[in-house]
Amino acid sequence: MTGPQRKALYTYHYRRSRDQDARTAARHPVVIVGAGPVGLTAALDLASRGVAVVVLDDSDRIGDGSRGICWAKRTLEIWDRLGVGEEMVARGVTWKLGKVFLGDEQVYSFDLLPEAGHKMPAFINLQQFHVEHILVECAQQNAAIDLRWKNKVTALDRRNDGVRLTVETPDGAYCIDADWVIAADGARSALRDMLGLTFAGHTFEEKFLIVDVHMHADDIPTERRFWFDPPFHSGQSALLHRQPDDCWRVDLQLGADADIEEELKPERYLPRIRRMLDGRDFDVDWISIYRFNCRRIDRFVHDRVIFVGDSAHQLSPFGARGANSGIQDADNLGWKLATMLAGAADVRLLESYNDERTQAADENIGHSTRSTDFIAPRSPAERDLRNTILSLAPHADFARRMVNSGRLSVATIYDTALNTPDETPFDGSARLGMPVPDVPVTTSSGGSDFLLRQLPAGFVLLVAGEELPDLPSGVTAVVIGRDLQDADSLFRERFDATPGAAYLVRPDQHLAARWRHADADKIRAARDRALALI
Amino acid sequence: MARLLTESRFANPDAAYLALVEARRGLSQEQAAALDTRLVMILANHIGDVDVLRDALALAKQALPPSG
Repeated sequence: MTGPQRKALYTYHYRRSRDQDARTAARHPVVIVGAGPVGLTAALDLASRGVAVVVLDDSDRIGDGSRGICWAKRTLEIWDRLGVGEEMVARGVTWKLGKVFLGDEQVYSFDLLPEAGHKMPAFINLQQFHVEHILVECAQQNAAIDLRWKNKVTALDRRNDGVRLTVETPDGAYCIDADWVIAADGARSALRDMLGLTFAGHTFEEKFLIVDVHMHADDIPTERRFWFDPPFHSGQSALLHRQPDDCWRVDLQLGADADIEEELKPERYLPRIRRMLDGRDFDVDWISIYRFNCRRIDRFVHDRVIFVGDSAHQLSPFGARGANSGIQDADNLGWKLATMLAGAADVRLLESYNDERTQAADENIGHSTRSTDFIAPRSPAERDLRNTILSLAPHADFARRMVNSGRLSVATIYDTALNTPDETPFDGSARLGMPVPDVPVTTSSGGSDFLLRQLPAGFVLLVAGEELPDLPSGVTAVVIGRDLQDADSLFRERFDATPGAAYLVRPDQHLAARWRHADADKIRAARDRALALI
Repeated sequence: MARLLTESRFANPDAAYLALVEARRGLSQEQAAALDTRLVMILANHIGDVDVLRDALALAKQALPPSG
C-alpha cells in the first residue's frame, strides 16, 4: 500500500497480563494472533463453543481508511450466529444490485438475491474499521476472550504437543504456550514467515487508485456500479460503492505503467473523480494505490499452527472474496477445533479444515484471477478479445454473461469427505456441502424468526414432520411442524422436504447428509463421517 | 460428449466461403481481425459446448503458422 499513514480511530489500552508474571510459561488451549475481522470472528466462534482464547495483536488501535467494505450474506449469517449480525446490518448500507456500464451505457445488471425469505441481505457495505470496532466491543464483553493489545509475536517454537510463542510488549518479552495457534495476522503474516512458508501465486502488474470520498448524494441508488471505458476515465475501468456516513468508495484502474507519485497528485485524480461524480461536491477521506495478488500457501494447517484469512490466501478485491472468505475460514475452523479440544474428534477433522478451505481458496482465487484478467487483460491480444465481448454485450445475452467485473462472494459448497452422499435425488436450493438456505419460521411461542437464527449449537437434525428417529449423542433435533413452523412453506420448497425427510446440519450450518426417511444407524454414521471419524 | 465435426457440413461449401470472403471485402487487416473475433464469440456461443470449443482451439493452434 502507498499513501498517507492511517489515523487511529479507536485506541485500546495495553494491559499487563498475569501471564507476564508467571514463573513458567502459562498454557492456553488456543492463542489467536491478529485481532482483525477474521481473528476476532474466530475468537467469538470458539468462545461461543466454550473454548477460552487469548488474542494477541501487535497494535493498539483500529486505523481509518475503509479497506474491506463489502460483507456478503454468508458472512452476515456467521456474524448473526455470533450475535453481531444485526448490528452490522443496522450500521451498514444494504445492497443487492450490480450494474455494469460500457462508456455511459448500461450493458448488464445482476441481482444477487432475487428471492425473499432470507434474514440477511445479499451484501452490506460497511467500513472495515466499523466492523472491527463492533467485533472488538463484543469480544471485550466476553469473559472467554482475553484480548491483548501491543502484544507482538516475535518467535514461534514448534513442539510436539503445542507451540511456544515469544511475545514482545511495552513491558518487555514473555512466553506463552498454546495447544493450538491460529495465525490470523494478515497478508503480511509474520507467523507465515516464521514457518518459512511459500506464498505463491500471481501478481498483477496493473495499478489501481482507491479513494474514499465524503459526499452527500441521496439521489444515487445503493448499488454496485462498474464502468468499462467510462467517459471520465478513458480506456480504463472504474467502480463506485456507497458506504455509510456519506462515504463513497471510488476505484480507478490506472494501467500497468502508471507513475504512482504522479497519480497521487490531487491535480491528477480530482478532476477525474469530479467528472465521475457528475460535478458534486466531495472531500477525499483516504487514498491509496494498489497492485493485487492472487496467491495462497500450500497447506493451511502446519501441525499446531493453523492459518486463516489473508495470512493463508490473498485475492484481488473484484468479487469481495478476500475478507468474506477469511470469515468463512473462521466459521469452518471454530467447531472443528472445539470438537477436538473436547475429545470428540481427532486431527482428521482438522485436516478437513485444510481440505475444505484450500478448495474454497482455489475457487476464490480462480474467480478473482478471471475477473482481474477481464478488467486488466495481460496483453494487447487478450485486450482485443475482452473488448470484443464488451462490444457485443449490448447486442447479445451471451456476451453480457461473459462480462466480468467481479463475481461476488458466495458461500463455498464443500465437496468433502465429511458429506454423506445422497441416496435419492433432492430438488430445491439446499445442496449437500452448502450452508442450509435460510427460511422464515414461526417459533413455538408464535414469534416470527428465521431458521438459521433458530438452529441450536452443535449438530442439528432438521426433520420434516413428527416421526423422530433415535438420535446419537451431540445431535439436537429440530422438528419442522412441531418446534418451528414453516411460515411461508419455504422450508418445504428450498429443502424439497417431503414428510419424514431429515437433514443433518453441521455446527457451521453446512448440510452434511439428508434422507427421505432417516433411521438411527444412518444418522450415527453420517455424524461420525462429518466428524471425520470414519 | 459431443465432438468437433471436421467433415464437410455445408451443402454448398463454396457459398459459405463466399459469404466469409464478402464480409471481409474492403476491410483492413485490423478490421478483419476485429470482425473475426466477434464471429468467433458468436459462433462459440452457438456451439455452446466448451469441450467442442477446446477441440476446435486445439485444431486451430495446430494449423497456426509459426510466429516470426
